[in-house]
Amino acid sequence: MATTWTGHTPAPAHLRLTAALALGRLAAWLSRAVLGRSGGVIGGRVLAAVAPDATSRLARHHRVVLVSGTNGKSTSTAMLAAALGVQRRPATNADGANTPAGLCWTVATASAPDVVLEVDEAWLPWAVRTFDPVAVVLLNLARDQLHRNPEVSRLAQRWRDALSAVPLVVANADDPWVVWAAGTAERQVWVAAGQEWDEDSLMCPACGDLLDRGAAWSCRCGTARPTPDWVLRPGAIVAPNGDAVRYATLPGNSNLANAAMALAAAVELGIPPVAAGRSLAGVRVVAGRYATTRVGNHEIRLVLAKNPASWRSALDMIGGDSAAVLLAFNAEGADGRDTSWLYDVDFSVLRGRSVVVCGSRATDLAVRLEMAGVEVAGQYADERTALHAIRPGTVDLLATYTAFQHARRALTRAA
Amino acid sequence: MRPERVGIVVVYPRLLGLYGDRGNGIAVQHRAEARGIPTSLVEVEPGDPIPEQGDLYLVGGGEDRSMTAAARLLDAQAGLRRAVEAGAGCLAVCAGLQLLAREYVGHDGSVRPGLGLLDVTCGRLPGPRAVGEVVARSEIDGSALLGFENHQGDAVLGPLARPLGVVAVGRGNGHDRLEGARQGRVIGTYLHGPVLVRNPALADWLLAQAVGHDLAPLADARVERLRRERLRAAPTLRARRLRRG
Ligand SMILES: [Zn+2]
Repeated sequence: MATTWTGHTPAPAHLRLTAALALGRLAAWLSRAVLGRSGGVIGGRVLAAVAPDATSRLARHHRVVLVSGTNGKSTSTAMLAAALGVQRRPATNADGANTPAGLCWTVATASAPDVVLEVDEAWLPWAVRTFDPVAVVLLNLARDQLHRNPEVSRLAQRWRDALSAVPLVVANADDPWVVWAAGTAERQVWVAAGQEWDEDSLMCPACGDLLDRGAAWSCRCGTARPTPDWVLRPGAIVAPNGDAVRYATLPGNSNLANAAMALAAAVELGIPPVAAGRSLAGVRVVAGRYATTRVGNHEIRLVLAKNPASWRSALDMIGGDSAAVLLAFNAEGADGRDTSWLYDVDFSVLRGRSVVVCGSRATDLAVRLEMAGVEVAGQYADERTALHAIRPGTVDLLATYTAFQHARRALTRAA
Repeated sequence: MRPERVGIVVVYPRLLGLYGDRGNGIAVQHRAEARGIPTSLVEVEPGDPIPEQGDLYLVGGGEDRSMTAAARLLDAQAGLRRAVEAGAGCLAVCAGLQLLAREYVGHDGSVRPGLGLLDVTCGRLPGPRAVGEVVARSEIDGSALLGFENHQGDAVLGPLARPLGVVAVGRGNGHDRLEGARQGRVIGTYLHGPVLVRNPALADWLLAQAVGHDLAPLADARVERLRRERLRAAPTLRARRLRRG
């Protein structure tokens, strides 16, 4: 890696960076060996502490693409990385460490020229300033972790301010906040990726008036849905030239939208559409999501459901099925502490199905389900004990962020 | 005698529903129907008129911009005011409380007139945003009033309004350890949760006003378990004292 350094770097900073990387690697190794963790975050923290300007300089040697939004980040990032891999495999934060320490570590340890980063939406402005990306992919912007990001509009304003420094944005034309934020970038490619949740964007981002929301959206002030370059059809993504690229790997409309965003970005970065489409269709499991695990007599499909929009997507994915349903619900850390939003999700699609719940806030969920007319067959401390109560066969396991991580570890051990 | 259908009107749930406050309508309906009281529930869309013949009006919270849009819509029509002045019940949460107050502070910092249905003045809460679990003692029946707050507004009660609760854990109105306001059949509160899910006694109080007579008790084991869990999770000594009664 040191061979890529040029004479522009003053020696002391260079030495400090080399030392920081060595220290970071040591910390990451310790974290992996002793704690069994992935190590990137701790390595990144060391790097940031010893040589704070380091990653910014390191990023200059890479072509960096950022992917952000409330929902679909990990999946879209994995798809974009796969599509770019047609040409040459990029570095990416596949471990989902999407805040500064993890991002710095991914860039600092990248040996590939291209880096694709999933970025936490609140850290996107920081990431734009630090990594000077060639392109930013913007999926959607909706309520999530309300105790941390109480107002979607403020987040959008921060995005908008930061994106003026970006040459290209690939953005969702159906999300008014995303469109407004993307407007300051030099160039935009619009994807009609749909909007799972529109209740955070009833008002015009520009003037605050009520939007006219039909198939498209518009405002009296002239702000309106831009004409999309890419559109979706059932099971296919239609390119600007009219060619359709089929997509049918991961279930649900939200995953077709993720694929469209990744495909549009990959094509903008020089990958032929058909090859890009074929490559991203090979992504079947993203950080354990959509994975099917066999545990004892159960075939378990694991789906992340972390906020109103993603619960809607998740329920859409498992809808129309008769498999048993296990819902794991926590409200800690990345889940957010307020559970009120459960009432923004329509659970009535689960009526008539065999539903059991678990997790530290399972009672909140059980009350919500009862009020939606969904019978809760049982409530358990964790997914292992819950599974004992479920008949053999397929189980759809939907889990909030921390419950998902917990279930993934527990089921991997048990499988 | 069959009770009449209770008309529940949820005012602009898509604008004022940032923290799941539409769950208040779901909770009241649930408790009414469990007793065999028929209900109708109307969700008023922005731009549509607010019906005046409802028995119970529910106004939720929202971010500053939604609140401003809702204020404009409410100013342009008299449905809610007329219904409340004619004796309908009303629960207004967070931004809803501010909209029903005499005045509140808009997102640009300017003082704006509210509907004045509560003798309350709302300004900005000093210090950091109030975020977290709340435990208060209900001034209606002495029960524990539970919820989750997430706001930067305060509330100062005028002589016509009485507090809804006294805060044991949390910030509430930000003055005199009070939470919310009550004036006739109008209730204002900063509590989400949703508040009527976590506090069936409050839901029943509003429902009893709407049907015009006392209600038979109705135990809900799941909700009682939820209340015990939230009380147990409340962080301070004061809450423990309150729990003991
Ligand atoms: Zn406008």
